[in-house]
Amino acid sequence: MKDNDKKSTLGVLGVGVVNYGAGNIFSLTAALERQNIAFGMVNTEADLEKYSHIIIPGVGHASAAMKKLAQTGLVNAIKALKKPVLGICVGMQLLTQHSEEGNVNLLNIIPLQTKLFDKNLGIKIPHMGWNTVDFKNHLLFENVAEGTQFYFVHSYFIEYNPIFDIASVNYGNKFSAAIQKDNFYGVQFHPEKSGEAGERLLKNFSNLSS
Amino acid sequence: MLSKRIIPCLDVKDGRTVKGINFVDLRDAGDPVALAAQYAAQGADELVFLDITATHERRKTMIEMVKSVARQLNIPFTIGGGISEIADAEALLNAGADKISINSAAVKNPQLIEDLAKNFGVQFVVLAVDTKHINGKNIVHLNGGRLITELETESWIKRAEDLGAGEILLTSMDHDGTKQGFDCNLLAKINQMINIPIIASGGAGKMEHFTEVFQKTGVDAALAASVFHYGEILIPNLKQELKRNNIPVRNP
Repeated sequence: MKDNDKKSTLGVLGVGVVNYGAGNIFSLTAALERQNIAFGMVNTEADLEKYSHIIIPGVGHASAAMKKLAQTGLVNAIKALKKPVLGICVGMQLLTQHSEEGNVNLLNIIPLQTKLFDKNLGIKIPHMGWNTVDFKNHLLFENVAEGTQFYFVHSYFIEYNPIFDIASVNYGNKFSAAIQKDNFYGVQFHPEKSGEAGERLLKNFSNLSS
Repeated sequence: MLSKRIIPCLDVKDGRTVKGINFVDLRDAGDPVALAAQYAAQGADELVFLDITATHERRKTMIEMVKSVARQLNIPFTIGGGISEIADAEALLNAGADKISINSAAVKNPQLIEDLAKNFGVQFVVLAVDTKHINGKNIVHLNGGRLITELETESWIKRAEDLGAGEILLTSMDHDGTKQGFDCNLLAKINQMINIPIIASGGAGKMEHFTEVFQKTGVDAALAASVFHYGEILIPNLKQELKRNNIPVRNP
């Protein structure tokens, strides 16, 4: 209730999905729709003002995604945001400082490194499928049962750092499944493909107060 | 721990699922959306839809179906059948498909694998391989096993991995339909060779076969059609059985 009041005083509501052409966003918007979360597309800086929450989706190649994001001209405006921002998969990786994928500098909102899985650890790449996420007591994971699995599909991961980690996962090594710094959040898994728990997480994000 | 995936495969013709499906409580067993939702509710980890008509003219029907499925389904799904160019793949991606499965088109034009991986990422590209044991060799077949190629299965899969396939869906034609179990020898061999996930297919008849394939081969997922459609194996029971055998599975 409190959140709703706050949003209405701000005159903005719902989730803005940054539409920068990195992968398909149909599944994400479908999941938002199933959760009755209002949403719209963010194409311009002015669009960023229209919504109380922002999601940066993304699949594919980090350096290609970064290039596309830069082309939108939204980089500085995104970095300056004070409202809740959620990066998903490659969208999460964009929040970090640097990715080994294409050896590219990213938004550097969260000072972490995105690294390639080490084949020598005897794991298959990509990390594909449902893996158990070990999360902390955090609003994003509210009402998600302990030991819940989420759906991952990626070849690069974000190094584990207890300062920014809010959930970790093991595959070859322990890395971050979810991170946070201030109003910026990121999840490596795909909540829009992670069954009911994933939908719950999207709902939780949309309920975070600005 | 990464779970082993259980994947029902649905055959689709003109946007409708075919083959006997005997779920109770389903008003329309041919509706792919209703079926997909039912499987998701039962705890399937992923779904594969195979377009068995897959002609160019009917592509539109398929795209509409994919959109409806993506609107409803909260687990990943793969679309296969008749995908031969980037434009086909892109249309499916934009309609909400998580992965596409290619088969004949990749054999005819291996470059397609690389092009798809470059455009959409390796995670989007599943290479389906139908293989048959002939004179001591494993040989790739096309058109549901009716057409023999000159490719040896092992070298074709290795090459596909190098080109950028993100996952292999390996169907043993010798085991498919027999209900005598998966081809564990071949699957174990291929699994040793490559470093991308493998979906085992062909031969599932009872729950023990799933336990066996995960214990003996190291594959990442197992796919089946009729045992699920006819209700011979129920996914919740299968998950329980696998768990009892210490195989990591997802509890939905």
